[in-house]
Amino acid sequence: MIHFVLLISRQGKVRLTKWYSPYSQKERSKVIRELSGMILTRGPKLSNFVEWRGFKVVYKRYASLYFCMCINQEDNELEILEIIHHFVEILDRYFGSVCELDLIFNFHKAYYILDEILIAGELQESSKKTVARLVSAQDSLVDAAKEEANSISNIIAQATK
Amino acid sequence: MNPFSSGTRLRDMIRAIRACKTAAEERAVIRKECASIRAAISDNDQTFRHRNLAKLMFIHMLGYPTHFGQMECLKLIAAPGFAEKRIGYLGLMLLLDERQEVLMLVTNSLKQDLNQNNQHIVGLALCALGNICSADMARDLAPEVEKLLQFRDPNIRKKAALCSIRIIKKVPDLADNFVDPVVSLLKEKHHGVLLTGIQLCTDLCKVNEEALEYFRKKCTEGLVRSLKDVVNSPYVPEYDISGIADPFLHIRLLRVLRILGHGDADASDCMSDILAQVATKTESHKNAGNAILYECVGTIMSVEDNGGLRVLAINILGRFLSNRDNNIRYVALNMLMKAIAVDAQAVQRHRATILECVKDLDASIRKRALELVYLLVNESNVKPLMKELVDYLEVSDQGFKGDLTAKICSIVEKFSPDKIWYIDQMLKVLSEAGNFVKASVWHALVVVITNASNLQGYSVRSLYRAIQISRDQETLIRVAVWCIGEYGDMLVNNIEMLDIEEPITVTESDAVDVVEIAIKNHSLNLTTRAMCLIALLKLSSRFPSCSQRIKEIIAQYKGSLLLELQQRSVEFNSIIGKHKNIRSALVERMPVLDEATYNGRRARSASAAVSTSLEFASNLSNGVIARTDVAPLVDLLDMGADEPVPPCSSGGNFLLDLIDVDMPSSSSQSGTTQPQKSGTDVLLDLLSAWSPPPQKGSPTTDIILLNQDDKPSVNALDILSSSMVPSGEAKPTGPYMMDLLDVFGPNPATPEESGPTFPPIVAYESSALTIIFNFSKRPENPQMTDIEAMFTNKSSDVYTDFVFQAAVPKFLQLHLEPASSNTLPASGYGSITQKLHVTNRQHGKKSLVMRIRLSYKLNNKAVLEEGQISNFPRDL
Repeated sequence: MIHFVLLISRQGKVRLTKWYSPYSQKERSKVIRELSGMILTRGPKLSNFVEWRGFKVVYKRYASLYFCMCINQEDNELEILEIIHHFVEILDRYFGSVCELDLIFNFHKAYYILDEILIAGELQESSKKTVARLVSAQDSLVDAAKEEANSISNIIAQATK
Repeated sequence: MNPFSSGTRLRDMIRAIRACKTAAEERAVIRKECASIRAAISDNDQTFRHRNLAKLMFIHMLGYPTHFGQMECLKLIAAPGFAEKRIGYLGLMLLLDERQEVLMLVTNSLKQDLNQNNQHIVGLALCALGNICSADMARDLAPEVEKLLQFRDPNIRKKAALCSIRIIKKVPDLADNFVDPVVSLLKEKHHGVLLTGIQLCTDLCKVNEEALEYFRKKCTEGLVRSLKDVVNSPYVPEYDISGIADPFLHIRLLRVLRILGHGDADASDCMSDILAQVATKTESHKNAGNAILYECVGTIMSVEDNGGLRVLAINILGRFLSNRDNNIRYVALNMLMKAIAVDAQAVQRHRATILECVKDLDASIRKRALELVYLLVNESNVKPLMKELVDYLEVSDQGFKGDLTAKICSIVEKFSPDKIWYIDQMLKVLSEAGNFVKASVWHALVVVITNASNLQGYSVRSLYRAIQISRDQETLIRVAVWCIGEYGDMLVNNIEMLDIEEPITVTESDAVDVVEIAIKNHSLNLTTRAMCLIALLKLSSRFPSCSQRIKEIIAQYKGSLLLELQQRSVEFNSIIGKHKNIRSALVERMPVLDEATYNGRRARSASAAVSTSLEFASNLSNGVIARTDVAPLVDLLDMGADEPVPPCSSGGNFLLDLIDVDMPSSSSQSGTTQPQKSGTDVLLDLLSAWSPPPQKGSPTTDIILLNQDDKPSVNALDILSSSMVPSGEAKPTGPYMMDLLDVFGPNPATPEESGPTFPPIVAYESSALTIIFNFSKRPENPQMTDIEAMFTNKSSDVYTDFVFQAAVPKFLQLHLEPASSNTLPASGYGSITQKLHVTNRQHGKKSLVMRIRLSYKLNNKAVLEEGQISNFPRDL
């Protein structure tokens, strides 16, 4: 089971956090501090696994971002690397060659995508196409709602003119 | 734009925050945004609610408090539209966690959304429930989720399956309800549903034994078939990852088969063909393939024995181990740990490679490899392995030395073929990484040296050589100083030379030099320097020619600002100056410490330490548990019997053991050593009576520990203080020991009366209240002990209506006599005494133990104190 997902920039800024096990706000910031200290300082040729508080943190760097997932001792670390890559590919497909700025300004979109990939710390969908389809279906629902709201307010605005 | 809205758009806010050059600027921007969001919240503004929540989430990610927005999430979730709900649920998952009570308010909205017709809304609710539901919510909403496992859209079914995992983890009793739906999920063709169905099945098997049996009977064949299908499936671009169709599905199938096959020969048999196929056919050039192989090896290792498969698996691990990719080597080491239990011989073959991994650049790999080496060591390979590890100790980086040293010490202790090898290896470790060696380890070394009568000379000479080379390893210095003090004559006269030794010439003053250098080294710990003083005292008797010089060195510390050094200096000076007639008797060699008893005690304290360290690991929320320095003292007095022994206290805790270990050996000798035994305890009591209530890090605490620590001092003083025993309670005065020396110095120690006597103990001590127990035995009935309890009140207030109650386990009988009074005067002026009679029906087997309760009135307010006494002397 994945206990949490972290996206940390090379400067140590948090770009996304998702907690599947209960951590209080205080613990969360402590965890982030501890892990960014450990992971950002690791050399490029070292393994992608860090042992931490009896758990393992699997991380992988894509450009300036570190994707980290914390798992149990007995979980499959190599598979988690694959899940991270899966997530990155879907982000890439959604944003069209994703970069850190996309994830900053559209952080909520990144969360929506993650929610289609993981629930309760387990993998939900192994098809990138399905995830993309579901997210865009939801996006278009939102867009439709927005348009409707706009048109109504336009009508009201015109009517009250 | 609406002039009453909270101003900026989300995008503008993010830009503004990113444009900030300093943290103060950022805080200012965020303060402004938060203020306008709060204003919008209190205005109940609806138009921009979702935008405000999005902003809050961003602010939250930066680490600022956002609790005021929690209710906004609930309002958005309660809104009818999908757009609002989507952001509302996201905020709920981000800003709240399952422990917040606000979460209970959302249960009803969740229930409604789970029953919606719009599959996307149902999906949102399931996602939120799966990520943050609490046990109560799980109970309330389980029926809805169960229903959704049969929803028409597969994307909802898969979400419901994962949500069920969370539910059964929170409330395992609900597992039964999910067993039947899972069976149908496992038959699905949709990968997402199959994937999550298998995951749910795996988790059900973990929480419920019956479910496991049921699935094993009903589903093993089906799952094996699914694995076959996916292994042999043709290229499907949707699921393809580097040439493998859906590795995630592969891995989950292998994982569930691992559980089904574990401990069941039939199920294992059923899957052996496909496991062999996966193990041999999977492409291992890419990570995805290796992930599958890794999972497959794990499955092969835990299903029932099939020789051929095991060989295949170990070979895969061997291949992994020689892979250049660090990740692959890491998982190989990880899996080899499990493989040892199955086939140790096969793992031994890779020993050389594993040993190389101990020296890897990567800390994660080193740690795994070291643990593996630790498991690989046995009597036959301990010598070459140890040589490698000790050699590596020299060059390993500082961060790793602690781990490495601990493991080396543990291996040496466990597998040493003979004592000389043990001593040699420990000396190497002490000289390389003495500062990382735990107290218990060097104490054990001292015990071994005292026991190896033919190696004492060798040890002290080797230590002398070692200390010439490395002077900054504190533990080495301690052991060396101790041994030089004890066996200085052997060092100088080359007594008991072994054939392998090179002769060295050490003069008496050379030996004193070593100790003098150590005591003058201000970077060393106080304990070490105090040990030096004792060594000097001992040497002054062993080397009469240096006596004058030693006296001068000791005298230098008469004015030391460190109380401990000063006190010792004054005492020892007076022993050397005034009491020459008893000096040689005082500083005789320490009696041999009984190894077996010592090891037994050590093992016990170690297991306690291990259990607490496990607790540490599991207790994530507490993170770092700060233990104060009080703990060791409490341990010494055995008041903390109910508390786990903190690992950090191993020093203090262990020191007590050292003294205790001493006891049986001395009592086994004849009457003359009897005083020693009681003397030790008197000294203990003296010190504890004299100590103020425990304070964090108080110097007194250290001194008490010190006195325990240095057996020589105990030895030196206990003979003197032994005559204190009949006089009962200790007076709480500091310079008492000085008096002792002067008063009793000229007199020979008075021999004890015939029967066994027991020293008084401090049975209980709280901030103000002290209870001291005096024991007397009736010669006609060894089971019977008369205890005189004495209560003293150190606080400034009088205690009235004082009542003492006690309870004992079944094997004891307790009779309490009326107390001398029920008013306890303040400030220690006077005390209450009360007699207790205890009959121990397990006399000789079990020692006394007692729970006590004290009630009294303090300024007319009732106070209750409770405690447990388990520091009774043995043999009561």
